[in-house]
Amino acid sequence: MFDNLTERLSNSFKTLQGKSKLSQSNIKEAIREVRRALLEADVALEVIKTFLDRVQEKALGLKVGEGLSPSQAFIKLVETELTDIIGGENKTLDLKTQPPAVVMVAGLQGAGKTTSIAKLAHYLKERENKKVLVVSADVYRPAAIEQLEVLAKQVGIDFFPSNIDQKPEKIVADAKRHAQKQFHDVLLVDTAGRLHVDSEMMDEIQALQKQVNPIETLFVVDSMTGQDAAHTAKAFADALPLTGVILTKTDGDARGGAALSVRHITGKPIKFLGVGEKIDALEPFHPERIVSRLLGMGDVLSLVEEISRKVDHKKAEKSVQKMAKGQFDLSDMRDQLLQMEQMGGMEALMDKMPGMGQIPQSVKNQMMGGVDTKRMVAIINSMTPKERSHIKLIKGSRKNRIAKGSGTGPQDVNKLLKQFEKMQKQMKKMGGGKMQKMMAKMAGMQGDNGAPAGMPDLSKMKLPGMGGGNKFPF
Amino acid sequence: MFNFFKKDKSDKIEKGSTLKQRLAKSRQKLGSGLSSLLLGKKVIDEDLLDELEMLLITADIGINTTDKVLESVRQNASRKVLKDSDSLYEFLKDALTKLLIEDNQLNTDTNETFVILVVGINGAGKTTTIGKLAKSFQNQGKSVMLAAGDTFRAAAVEQLKVWGERNEIPVVAQTTGSDAASVIYDAYESAKAKNIDILIADTAGRLHTQGNLMQELEKIKRVLKKHNENAPHETMLVIDGGSGQNAINQAKEFNKTVGLSGISITKLDGTAKGGVVFAISDELKLPVRYIGVGEGINDLKPFNAKEFVDALFE
Ligand SMILES: Nc1nc2c(ncn2[C@@H]2O[C@H](COP(=O)(O)OP(=O)(O)O)[C@@H](O)[C@H]2O)c(=O)[nH]1
Ligand SMILES: Nc1nc2c(ncn2[C@@H]2O[C@H](COP(=O)(O)OP(=O)(O)O)[C@@H](O)[C@H]2O)c(=O)[nH]1
Ligand SMILES: [Mg+2]
Ligand SMILES: [Mg+2]
Repeated sequence: MFDNLTERLSNSFKTLQGKSKLSQSNIKEAIREVRRALLEADVALEVIKTFLDRVQEKALGLKVGEGLSPSQAFIKLVETELTDIIGGENKTLDLKTQPPAVVMVAGLQGAGKTTSIAKLAHYLKERENKKVLVVSADVYRPAAIEQLEVLAKQVGIDFFPSNIDQKPEKIVADAKRHAQKQFHDVLLVDTAGRLHVDSEMMDEIQALQKQVNPIETLFVVDSMTGQDAAHTAKAFADALPLTGVILTKTDGDARGGAALSVRHITGKPIKFLGVGEKIDALEPFHPERIVSRLLGMGDVLSLVEEISRKVDHKKAEKSVQKMAKGQFDLSDMRDQLLQMEQMGGMEALMDKMPGMGQIPQSVKNQMMGGVDTKRMVAIINSMTPKERSHIKLIKGSRKNRIAKGSGTGPQDVNKLLKQFEKMQKQMKKMGGGKMQKMMAKMAGMQGDNGAPAGMPDLSKMKLPGMGGGNKFPF
Repeated sequence: MFNFFKKDKSDKIEKGSTLKQRLAKSRQKLGSGLSSLLLGKKVIDEDLLDELEMLLITADIGINTTDKVLESVRQNASRKVLKDSDSLYEFLKDALTKLLIEDNQLNTDTNETFVILVVGINGAGKTTTIGKLAKSFQNQGKSVMLAAGDTFRAAAVEQLKVWGERNEIPVVAQTTGSDAASVIYDAYESAKAKNIDILIADTAGRLHTQGNLMQELEKIKRVLKKHNENAPHETMLVIDGGSGQNAINQAKEFNKTVGLSGISITKLDGTAKGGVVFAISDELKLPVRYIGVGEGINDLKPFNAKEFVDALFE
């Protein structure tokens, strides 16, 4: 859906070849592309403006030609600046206070506050061995208190009961007293969702905050939030002494512009990412991951680095040539599989690929479907060289022999052959000409000022097609 | 947008909560809309177009749709069709309205139980919308039953049951963890047997990227279809009004898996404008059924394209 920013930037920098510094006009165009990428990612407009001013200033003096192409140098600058803004040091919870350390959440309706409280409870109990108490001050949303109670039971932590006839302020005060008496290390306070324009409810949460004096007040925000994140974040940061942010639902394919908006506007660090509905689906924040997502380009730079570090160039080049000629066989496939394994396997690679963020999990599953590298390699190993290049030979007794030899079954051999055929078909479809074009494109991505293409290899060759819905051949 | 006076939470049956009144409120609040932008402007220049772009983008209309709209403004301005800012205002409203479907209303009149399957991502407002829909249908004199198809989220069943009590209508439910398709099918059998006019089925929130969960939805639909090929009569996607461009992916994926027939947008009582709905409606040709404007039982309005577009500019 989104064009690859790297490619688009290459276009902006076409005119730059041979020069060693970025010019005002180059930068202007590149800035426009980045602006677009950030808008597509839902970064708040006002935040984009401030950010791009900063980038523009730094880009003017940017040196190119030290191994990086202009677009790479520019992207690196953008990445560094984004990481700088989004990063922040103080990423963990600060619970150093006289117990109970109170942690309170705040945010809009449905952002993921209650789920995050349960996840935090689990995290603190399992990883930091804390004695945790949770309480809900949400007397508005139907069954909100029951929801927390059920989750607390699942996590196996103490739940302080409350009910909808009570005043939220009293609920939290009682809970804190109880936590003190029972020597809980931490009290987690769940609150009702509220709109920032609802002054009555904003007053309420201010009162709650004063009542329990939390050491951590976390703003919970849905990573799918659009431009409104700016208004919301501002209002919550004005009303409460926020100490951090939890960004939820990052397991989806949202580009997550809200992360930048909220970070920029509140000035508070993003401390955790919600990565699923389960209670253990909470991760410490990694700025790099969010940054590459924001730009919609996967973790391109580190992918390039990693591939060039690990790929056996000669073999890779050979495969590509064979592919172009339609001679790609099972031993080439084995090489690819082994290389992929070396780079941390399919999943690790997919995470880093541009455009992967837009690909639904269902498709990913399909692509990964039955990728059991070791088994596949074992099967290919049990074949004779002739069988590897002439798969039509593999029938009946040969198939059984291969299955036995690899400790698999004939149906596994079938599966592998099918996948291989699919792969071949796809390569044919791409045809020689298209393949060459793609290689040229890849070379462009490598160094758009005419630097040598480096290492064409299968996993990378596929990159431009990913966003277009091309499936990985295996 | 659709901002209104917040009242006592326990008394959600508010007075003076027509959309018009709410809009009046938001008009007082947001003085920086298009009307003030255009005030006193005589010519259409790039500055004005920049400001327009800002306005559209901050309403979550998205850069692609914004470009599309502004491009047609540019063309018409250069061809002198748009002479001044007044005609620009009308032109813009018209261009945006054209992205929407003309007839958005949900018609539930059938001679069998009309089944509404409500789907969407986590926390979008599905269950709350169902609670409000039940009230609205009852106000039209229809009998309503609910099916607790969210068998996953903690206390989701209890939440729907509270909405059932508020509406004094039956809720067919099993325990958390049971099979959603079978809960919904049971409810359908029961609704048919009791001659209920409308059955509304809740489902667990799921991200459109979760293949297995999307398949579960597909199964729910398949099971219903097996018993009545017309059912579900409406498959409604609920979208959080605060969501950004990702809502387009959501709509596309849900549409691909279960075939949507309408969408509803929630949480428009804040400052979010829900502008992403233009791109969705435009691309998928889907009607927008309702908007949610609060957490109370009456805080649901049938979608009105003109009012919606007007509210962007106020
Ligand atoms: N996929 C996913 N769902 C989440 C995540 N965090 C929360 N949810 C879901 O979002 C919905 C709303 O969460 P909830 O905790 O009730 O939100 P609250 O209204 O802010 O308390 C529920 O269906 C949760 O299961 C997350 O990180 N990933
Ligand atoms: N302000 C406001 N809140 C809403 C609206 N619709 C739903 N909500 C709130 O959003 C949260 C999630 O709603 P829910 O119906 O549980 O979402 P579901 O997970 O999709 O079923 C709850 O706190 C609701 O009260 C609305 O139109 N306006
Ligand atoms: Mg909650
Ligand atoms: Mg629900």
